[in-house]
Amino acid sequence: MHRKTSGEAGLTQSLLRVIILTLTVLVAVSVYACVPSSPESTALRWGGDAEGGAPFVEADAADPSIVRGFDVEIAEMIAAGLDRKPQFVQVGWASIEQSVERGDFEMGMSGIEDRPELRARLAVTIPYFEFYETLAVRTADSARFRTLASLKGRKVGTLGATMAYDILLDESKRAGLIPVSYDDDVHPYTDLVEGRVDAVLLDNIIAERSLRRRVGSFYIQPTPVATGQYVAVLAQRDSSLRDSANVILRTAMVDGSLERVFKSWNVWDSRQIAYFANQIAAAQLPQSTQRAQPRDRSVSAYLPALFRAAGVTLVLSFLAMTLAVLLGIGVAAGRVYGHPVLRPLLTIYVEVVRGTPLLLQLFVIYYGLSGIVRLPAFLAAVLGLGLNYAAYEAEIYRSALNAISPLQLEAGRTLGLSEFKILRLIRGPQALRIALAPMTNDFVALLKDSSLVSVITVIELTKQTSIYATNIGSWVIPGMLCATVYLAMSLPLSQLARVIERRWSVA
Amino acid sequence: MTDGLSRHPQGELAQLLVVRSLRVKRAAREILTGIDLEVARGEVCMLMGASGSGKTTILRTVAALQAFDGGSIQVGNFRLGPGSLPRESKLGPLRRSVGMVFQAHALFEHLTAVENVMLAPVHALGWTRERAEHVARELLRSLEVEHRADALPRQLSGGEAQRVAIARALAPGPALLLMDEPTSALDQTRRAGLGAVIRELARAGRALLIATHDTEFARRYADRTVALENGITV
Repeated sequence: MHRKTSGEAGLTQSLLRVIILTLTVLVAVSVYACVPSSPESTALRWGGDAEGGAPFVEADAADPSIVRGFDVEIAEMIAAGLDRKPQFVQVGWASIEQSVERGDFEMGMSGIEDRPELRARLAVTIPYFEFYETLAVRTADSARFRTLASLKGRKVGTLGATMAYDILLDESKRAGLIPVSYDDDVHPYTDLVEGRVDAVLLDNIIAERSLRRRVGSFYIQPTPVATGQYVAVLAQRDSSLRDSANVILRTAMVDGSLERVFKSWNVWDSRQIAYFANQIAAAQLPQSTQRAQPRDRSVSAYLPALFRAAGVTLVLSFLAMTLAVLLGIGVAAGRVYGHPVLRPLLTIYVEVVRGTPLLLQLFVIYYGLSGIVRLPAFLAAVLGLGLNYAAYEAEIYRSALNAISPLQLEAGRTLGLSEFKILRLIRGPQALRIALAPMTNDFVALLKDSSLVSVITVIELTKQTSIYATNIGSWVIPGMLCATVYLAMSLPLSQLARVIERRWSVA
Repeated sequence: MTDGLSRHPQGELAQLLVVRSLRVKRAAREILTGIDLEVARGEVCMLMGASGSGKTTILRTVAALQAFDGGSIQVGNFRLGPGSLPRESKLGPLRRSVGMVFQAHALFEHLTAVENVMLAPVHALGWTRERAEHVARELLRSLEVEHRADALPRQLSGGEAQRVAIARALAPGPALLLMDEPTSALDQTRRAGLGAVIRELARAGRALLIATHDTEFARRYADRTVALENGITV
């Protein structure tokens, strides 16, 4: 057996020590971060999304750890009633329900809508506020688009995985409108004003807030489309804590402190008075949770949407990769053969694209450029992914071109071939063989990166899965289905890459 | 098109390749310090010298793969002067009259032997594929590697690859053939075979300029040898 020298052994040992120490620290930190705070602890950890903004939860511009909003004040009210100190935990809005189940915090609040499936898997408080799903349209269309039925064939935006989105999905079957799902509640309204969608269906609070920001730019139809309630959510194991919170909320409804909170945030209206009265009266009655017919949540009902979304992912990836390959060849050729002025420009392109997040690039192309050119979402997704991957492809092709021995090029020259013919007949074909395997790997990566385009409203495989998972309240089956479809698309490609590598690496 | 032959004013047969006072510098060092050299049609001239003596540099300057700093190179009616290389589009007459066989063969790895030989006739001279393939197979047959015509370069032995490289260089019909260390990878038998090929090419009227440090090979097959030492002919 090969014996290591003492120097080597010493190095290996100290390396091992560093690795073990690092792992220990990592495990300790993650255990500490994941341990759910026990009910006995003095702090009440509650989670919300400050990105949602006022009047729900809004972070202080100077100190993001300080939050304000009616949800914040209600959380503080509940904490005070429990004789505990409120402690805010920032979490993405779409993840609040999963996080509370995981035990990242005890209570989740941030304009969370009461839904039947929510009650099936979480301990839900009594609703503390009633909101209306309202339809916002461009001012010029206020007479034309009064109801969802009048929006046949039109695009209607909303926040994904919400009651409003479910309503739009139902209406898409009935009235033939086209639902457009957003990850935030600001861009639906900017897109409405810019004409990318013809209406937005969202909570009246969000609609009115957006209208205050851009006064007169759109019109909110006065007739509500539907009614919903905001609740706080807790894990089922914390149902006794939920019961205490319910007592505190009812007391606050009776003694008017909840009303004062809503008034101070300008969301109190006559309809809340009636709602509060009903809530207090119903307090003694068994709660009726089934306000809406539960949707069909079975796997078979989900499959058509899954395959459609997989199709979007596949078509999007193919188009983006085609763009990336063509542009990549151009950029690589420019960097190898181009004019001395052109080369640094192409280098800047490659470095800027590779050095900034794809997510940011997608935002810039879709929202940032919307003042100059208003790209449809799918086209923006193809462009964003294509331009991004072109930079990586260009680097693969450039290094492949440079890997061809200069002797091959000289042999071409002595035979009287022009530089272009040498590239086309000798350098290019040989470089392609070197580039094919990494290219195939990149295509697999692109297939998966295409999930990012959901931020610009394209519903592809991952987004569709997350909508499904939110609907049924579990990631297990949707996650496995989604992974299976991705693997079914990527494994043949990886296999192809291996075959190519085997065939051409024997030089 | 020039055939690379011209009559000297005095009426005697002019040399096909005439190199005068050739100087090449690399950084501060002079690699070639005034080389004079001629090769006539039908003549095998061998450049002798240890490695680093400048043999390969002479071949590369004659093939216009490398610029030189002083002197001149004349191939037939085409003259190369010192300074940076002319644009490739201006080198047409030189490219048609000079072929080169590299020491490492430099066969195109993605093409079969016969495709290597056909490439220049089809894409530089504009022949039809049929005509080019016919000529290519004839060349491979005359060099006794026709049976390997459809093999890829990586499947060829050293001797076979060299013959394919010779066929590729000969396909466009150059008057002058340059060869860089052709015996370096050959055993005794193969060396004799190569010698026979070289003599046959010369007999058919081609000029050959061959760089080698194989004195035995040069003694047997060269019409004339030129010894190089430290960048000058001795």
